[in-house]
Amino acid sequence: MRREPPQRLADYGPLLFPAGMLIVFFVIPFATMIAVSFFEREQGGFYQPAFVWDNYARFLSLFFGKVLGFSLFLAVAVAVACIVIGVPFTYLMSRAARKVQILWLVALLSILSLSEVMIGFAWSTLFSRTAGLTNLLVAIGIMETPQALTPSFGAVMTAMTYQALPYTVLVLYPALVRLDPTLTEAARTLGASPIRAFFTVVVPALRNTILATLIMVFIFALGSYLLPQLLGRPQHWTLSVLITDQAIYQSNMPFAAAMAVFLVLVSLALVGLAVYAGRRKEAA
Amino acid sequence: MRDILKTQASRRTILGAGLAGASMLAMPSILRAQDKSLKVGVYGGYFKDSFDKNIFPEFTKATGIAVESIAEPTGEAWLVQLEQAARAGQAPADVSMMSQVAMLKGQATDLWTPLDMAKIKNASGLIDAFVNKYPDGRVAGIGAVSWYITLVTNTDVYKEAPTSWTALWDSANVDKIGLLALVSNSFLLEVTAKTHFGGTDALDTEEGILKVFEKLAEVKPNVRLWYRDEAQFEQALKSGEIPMGQYYHDVTGLAASDGHPVRSTFPKEGGILDSGCWALSRASEKTEEAHVFIDYMCQPAIQATLSRKVGTSPTVKRDLLDLTAEEFNAVSSDIEPIIPRYDLYQTKSDFLNQKWTEMIAG
Repeated sequence: MRREPPQRLADYGPLLFPAGMLIVFFVIPFATMIAVSFFEREQGGFYQPAFVWDNYARFLSLFFGKVLGFSLFLAVAVAVACIVIGVPFTYLMSRAARKVQILWLVALLSILSLSEVMIGFAWSTLFSRTAGLTNLLVAIGIMETPQALTPSFGAVMTAMTYQALPYTVLVLYPALVRLDPTLTEAARTLGASPIRAFFTVVVPALRNTILATLIMVFIFALGSYLLPQLLGRPQHWTLSVLITDQAIYQSNMPFAAAMAVFLVLVSLALVGLAVYAGRRKEAA
Repeated sequence: MRDILKTQASRRTILGAGLAGASMLAMPSILRAQDKSLKVGVYGGYFKDSFDKNIFPEFTKATGIAVESIAEPTGEAWLVQLEQAARAGQAPADVSMMSQVAMLKGQATDLWTPLDMAKIKNASGLIDAFVNKYPDGRVAGIGAVSWYITLVTNTDVYKEAPTSWTALWDSANVDKIGLLALVSNSFLLEVTAKTHFGGTDALDTEEGILKVFEKLAEVKPNVRLWYRDEAQFEQALKSGEIPMGQYYHDVTGLAASDGHPVRSTFPKEGGILDSGCWALSRASEKTEEAHVFIDYMCQPAIQATLSRKVGTSPTVKRDLLDLTAEEFNAVSSDIEPIIPRYDLYQTKSDFLNQKWTEMIAG
């Protein structure tokens, strides 16, 4: 098929629908949010259209800085954990028999059908003192008494990684399946161990895919709101939790909007930085 | 939020604007066949189901006014919707059950139609605290239901019931307590003030509030869970995972009668008495019907029915009620309650919220 750049205005027609959807469901809501973030909060009431920086000023404090820092750290940690688990796993899976692959993929897809609430409650039960996993350890004699593993940072990390892993695998899978097996074979014939071949050939060949996956999981984890609440202590609450508090419980829409805008800007900047770093490395 | 909505039906849970929005869409604007009707907003889930079953059919039978009940979220989302609809001259519900803080915020914009007490004869039996007035004395709302938040414990873990809120500070209870996560729904400032500073007057000044915060911060090591989601705490309490905390007296009573090892105790400083008001949107044209409805709901017999069937605490004086001592104690107590300082959540809400968040998450 020959591709030509669009000649006439009508050639742009097919773009109208996605552009319209993007405007209605993204641009307009986002613009509204930015506008509201400058509105004036009326304590004990609602808000008035205005142009004030107060909402942003309130956000610029050590406390919110720490919360933002933690949210970013958590999202990065989840993204890295997903990659560390996901890349070797997907690599091994893509080398397995067709039937085994299908079985794994179906199992992973079924995780996606679970809601965040179910995942949260399931893990809080698994990590509980009364009915949790530690009871098994006690039963086989490894532990003395059952222990509660939640609320803790580990519990939040585990559940969020569990939730994001299927996406990681699904994004990595096509790239790994298409990866030319002769590459690793060549490395093996040149004397590399399987592990060395994996790290020196497979991982570098997939660098862009891995970077893209990292960014995707990062963004996905950044919006997390329920799991930190269900499984973490208050110091593990993300900025999204505080945004919800302001919007729903304090009816302080301007401040909630300002925090949300800030979160979006910071994450865009980080993503931009990651992409830029990736390009430079490629060019070098 | 959407997910919570799907799995949760317990009352007072935050149902999110989605539910209210959906019910507004689902609600046909044409009137029913009856010539008189009224749209009544009640907290979605347990409350609405109970009212639909036990209260509204009887009301229609008695007065000929058809009731269309509307599920409303309990946060302030419903207030925002009512306010914005009223600006457009619309009333998604004529009469709504509103929290006390929402009542005050609505007063600020004259959202509530002043009620004519001459048409609400039964209001004379109300406990004074349940008549919500504008600063100039006009009546903004009438007590609809009230409920207690008390000290609850798992009976397997605590053989003896605690007697005082000081149990929250007891170093023996490290990592054993579940408390509500928001300053405006936990009312722990009031509890601290009453328990350690002699009364909620201690919260009159900002210095006083900061002192109370300081004292309250001492409970942090004991708190395992700051919950927004009631179901999460209730389940943990039943299993003994988190064996102590603050929770709703009525729901705990229901759980105990279902055989779960839980109990609710009125501490000697008093339980927290929270309540909701019936308020009429200024955009509503059903003023007559609304007065008939509110009057009907103030009858001692109806309040008694609510106590028996819904588990709420009556808003009318006890001597007017035909509740037995046992029935009364199931929903209330003679110990003087801790009444939340709703005014603070209107005038100092941002200050309180900021200090609170810094205290628990800092």
